[in-house]
Amino acid sequence: MNPLAPIGAAVFALLAEVGRLAYFTRDALVQGLTPRIYAGQILRQLFRIGYSSLPVVGLTAFFTGGALALQIYLGSSRFNAESLVASIVALGITRELGPVLAGLMVAGRVGASIAAELGTMKVTEQIDALVTLSTNPFKYLVGPRLIAAVISLPLLVAVGDTIGIFGGYFVGTRSLDFNAYAYLKNTADFLKLDDVTSGLIKAAVFGFIIALMGCYHGFNSRGGAQGVGRATTNAVVSAAILILAANFLLTSLLFKVE
Amino acid sequence: MSVSPHILLQNVTKSFGPKPVLNGVDLAVPKGRSLVVIGGSGTGKSVLIKCILGLLRPDGGVIEVAGENAVGLKGEERDRFLARFGMLFQGAALFDSLPVWENVAFGLMQGRRMDRAKARDIAVAKLGQVGLAADVGRLYPAELSGGMQKRVALARAIAADPEIIFFDEPTTGLDPIMADVINNLIVDCVKRLGATAISITHDMASARKIADDIAMIHKGRIIWQGAAAAVDHSGNAYVEQFIHGRAEGPIQMDVLKA
Repeated sequence: MNPLAPIGAAVFALLAEVGRLAYFTRDALVQGLTPRIYAGQILRQLFRIGYSSLPVVGLTAFFTGGALALQIYLGSSRFNAESLVASIVALGITRELGPVLAGLMVAGRVGASIAAELGTMKVTEQIDALVTLSTNPFKYLVGPRLIAAVISLPLLVAVGDTIGIFGGYFVGTRSLDFNAYAYLKNTADFLKLDDVTSGLIKAAVFGFIIALMGCYHGFNSRGGAQGVGRATTNAVVSAAILILAANFLLTSLLFKVE
Repeated sequence: MSVSPHILLQNVTKSFGPKPVLNGVDLAVPKGRSLVVIGGSGTGKSVLIKCILGLLRPDGGVIEVAGENAVGLKGEERDRFLARFGMLFQGAALFDSLPVWENVAFGLMQGRRMDRAKARDIAVAKLGQVGLAADVGRLYPAELSGGMQKRVALARAIAADPEIIFFDEPTTGLDPIMADVINNLIVDCVKRLGATAISITHDMASARKIADDIAMIHKGRIIWQGAAAAVDHSGNAYVEQFIHGRAEGPIQMDVLKA
């Protein structure tokens, strides 16, 4: 056998997957986001993707903010620059850790559940049944999840930013002996609107990635329980990797030093 | 036959990768007749129905419904086409997130945008037709037995008074008595609507009960077609072997071959 054959086969398989994903994305946008719009389904998904993720995102943000304050204190104290802690915590949370960690947590929580739900619907022929009942699955299932995720993620991150900064404040004032007033003033003075909005833009993109990966892997699952399990894993892993890659890309795009 | 058939298939082919599943299927079903397609597992029965519905796209051949092309329809044309059909799926394929009555009324509310109250009345009436009390409508599919799920699925398939109904293995997984109940309901519903029906099954008792005509599919081809009564003296060795369920005969099970 040609020793290069497995490499070629792997490349072809990868290209085929990229092609399938591209077609799916096109259908998701063209069919899923055009009327008819199922408002009831969007509300349901907003609740599921957004509201139900609040505890996870909040807790993640709180602990991260606290840990960040400690680490930055450690680093800045070596240069006698402890006063920077508040502003760098705020910056790190809003620009980077808030959206990325919320994205990863929601990918685990919501991406997996979307893939499992749609995957089960696929293998039990419920998606085919939708079609025979004159309902386009892209409009009924994919569209509402995409819309809800793109709306939810920025809102979640906004809440997470606040809680994360509070986490830093909590640690700063309790164990690092910062003055509460000075800490908050530092945060408010140095934080720019741009820091927050760039994080929220990232969050919207991450929301799109999470819902798209969940739907794509769900729709393409086959072969019963095992297939659905595989789809769930793939949805989370691919969403996580794409989020980190997109984060780097967006950071480079949104990065400008004044 | 002087009138053109309601459903017409000519030389329909479909492969999955290198594996041919439909190998040139020719089939004609006159309006108001009930055709049962029999054949072993993996002979392409389900694929046949999915090609007619457009859930799968055939590689070649002609499919016409009421004289109109049925392949590659899009958008509104496809919606109008699908509105002619009702389908009973093998595993019932009920939407488990919705109560029974909303399952039955789904096509009316989503597909035809009927208002809830009116759709609910029709759903209750259709549930009555399949022998289910109105209060079953409030339950969720997971709370029902397999036989009741099949009945609900049947009620859903006939809810919009389709002119064509497909039944995919309607009696699989049911005890013989429940199977007979379902068979009677199918005959009753099809007659009441005057619908054209295609059923696929390997249950001969069911086939004899619901068929006007029987066709046998083997290796992706229709190898015999005739009136239901003629199936016992078809003179076809394949049909003989199948209806008597003999292991020996021209049909070889590919048990040991990979």
